[in-house]
Amino acid sequence: KMAAATMSPYFGQQMSSKNDLVPAWTSQEVSTGTTIMALEYDGGVVIGADSRTTTGAYIANRVTDKLTPIHDRIFCCRSGSAADTQAIADVVTYQLGFHSIELDEPPLVETAANLFRASCYRYREELTAGILVAGWDRRKGGQVYCVPIGGMLVRQPVSVGGSGSSYIYGFMDSNYKPNMTKDQCLELTAAAVSLAMERDGSSGGVVRLASISKDGVERRVILGNQLPKYSTH
Amino acid sequence: MNEHKGHKYIFQIVSGSILSWNAVLEGEANKVGYSLPAARKTGTTICGVVFKDGVILGADTRATEGMIVADKNCSKIHYISPNIYCCGAGTAADTEMTTQIISSNLELHALSTGRVPRVATANRMLKQMLFRYQGYIGAALVLGGVDCNGPHLYSIYPHGSTDKLPYVTMGSGSLAAMAVFEDRYKPDMEEEDAKRLVRDAIAAGIFNDLGSGSNIDLCVITKGKLDYIRPHDEANKKGVRTGDYKYKRGTTSVLTKSVTALNLEVVEETVLTMDTS
Repeated sequence: KMAAATMSPYFGQQMSSKNDLVPAWTSQEVSTGTTIMALEYDGGVVIGADSRTTTGAYIANRVTDKLTPIHDRIFCCRSGSAADTQAIADVVTYQLGFHSIELDEPPLVETAANLFRASCYRYREELTAGILVAGWDRRKGGQVYCVPIGGMLVRQPVSVGGSGSSYIYGFMDSNYKPNMTKDQCLELTAAAVSLAMERDGSSGGVVRLASISKDGVERRVILGNQLPKYSTH
Repeated sequence: MNEHKGHKYIFQIVSGSILSWNAVLEGEANKVGYSLPAARKTGTTICGVVFKDGVILGADTRATEGMIVADKNCSKIHYISPNIYCCGAGTAADTEMTTQIISSNLELHALSTGRVPRVATANRMLKQMLFRYQGYIGAALVLGGVDCNGPHLYSIYPHGSTDKLPYVTMGSGSLAAMAVFEDRYKPDMEEEDAKRLVRDAIAAGIFNDLGSGSNIDLCVITKGKLDYIRPHDEANKKGVRTGDYKYKRGTTSVLTKSVTALNLEVVEETVLTMDTS
């Protein structure tokens, strides 16, 4: 079984069992190698992700959408095992939808984050899931919550995740400033994810962005040829 | 995860069941030095494409048991509902039974809702079942169909993750087939072009992957009609023998011939009547 698919580099093909006709990657788990990111701004949040899903060294889906809607104004960014994160997101979507109907009110981002945390912590031994929960609600405005592998829950103004995140911590620390505008946040996210995609083998494809505010959700895609270019060689 | 001997607690909300103990059995057997018999796998190339009016699913027809071809003409495109079909790669028994279970449940669901089943429903049922078994059901599926919301195509992996895409390939020959798709796929193709594309993708798998072979099956699903074309292309017809190793009587000349009668004495004779009523 693949361990911590997010942070560890790919150690080459594991021993192919019994059958030579069927290559090793057909039996390896699907992982969203990934770079994901979420930032708060005054009035909402901006989230971004790459679009690569891998089975071993093969790219199973080069146009994945890792920004998954949980509710009208709450999204999650998924990294880790594709199966685990899809299943968790489906469960939380159901739970939050039910809760919202009971309340007769749009749910809080903190509630969604706690639902993720509850599942990720309870089944921490079985799951490989690193999730960023981001959204807007009336009580606290734009919020980003980080639920990494293990099931911790912490609110942060900026958060990055996935195997590609290691390459952009420095970029984030030096370029993020509090009280940025929505467009500055979008630019920063696009730049950061592009840089990570450039360096991380498990991240690539297109950059998917979304901004969530009181007025709703705006989604956009930056295709490969439109990505900001940094390489000089 | 290997530290947990015996049982793993999976999502109680989604499942409610504890993982099958067959996983434990395999572990214990391996410890004593025995290996469980090699399951029959469909080495396989399967693929699907969304075209202008619907979806086309394609598959090869070889089933392998280790390095031997167990079935030269097996059917990998399984029925889910009149408007939804599913190709299966991986362990043959797993794909067969999984698709049958979901087909049965989907029929009951359709009777209950009074509506034509949707592809998204079949996708949900399949992914939730496969996730419950944590990848031990080795079924990699290409699910396609047409419902009230148009044509849909999903790829479903053994661990329970799914992708909704305009073209997908699965199985050991998937890289060869995907190469063909990435080169020639266009959105909103005509039916004949799409059929040719799928045929070529499967052919790429058949001729370049050892785990895939024999014929090409196609399934064209559109709003009004369903074409289950088996085989669409007999790509590997068995050759006709041009010669014969049987020697004609007289090839070797007979010099002498002597006949000795074997006299047998009947010692005992018993008659057993067979009740054929």
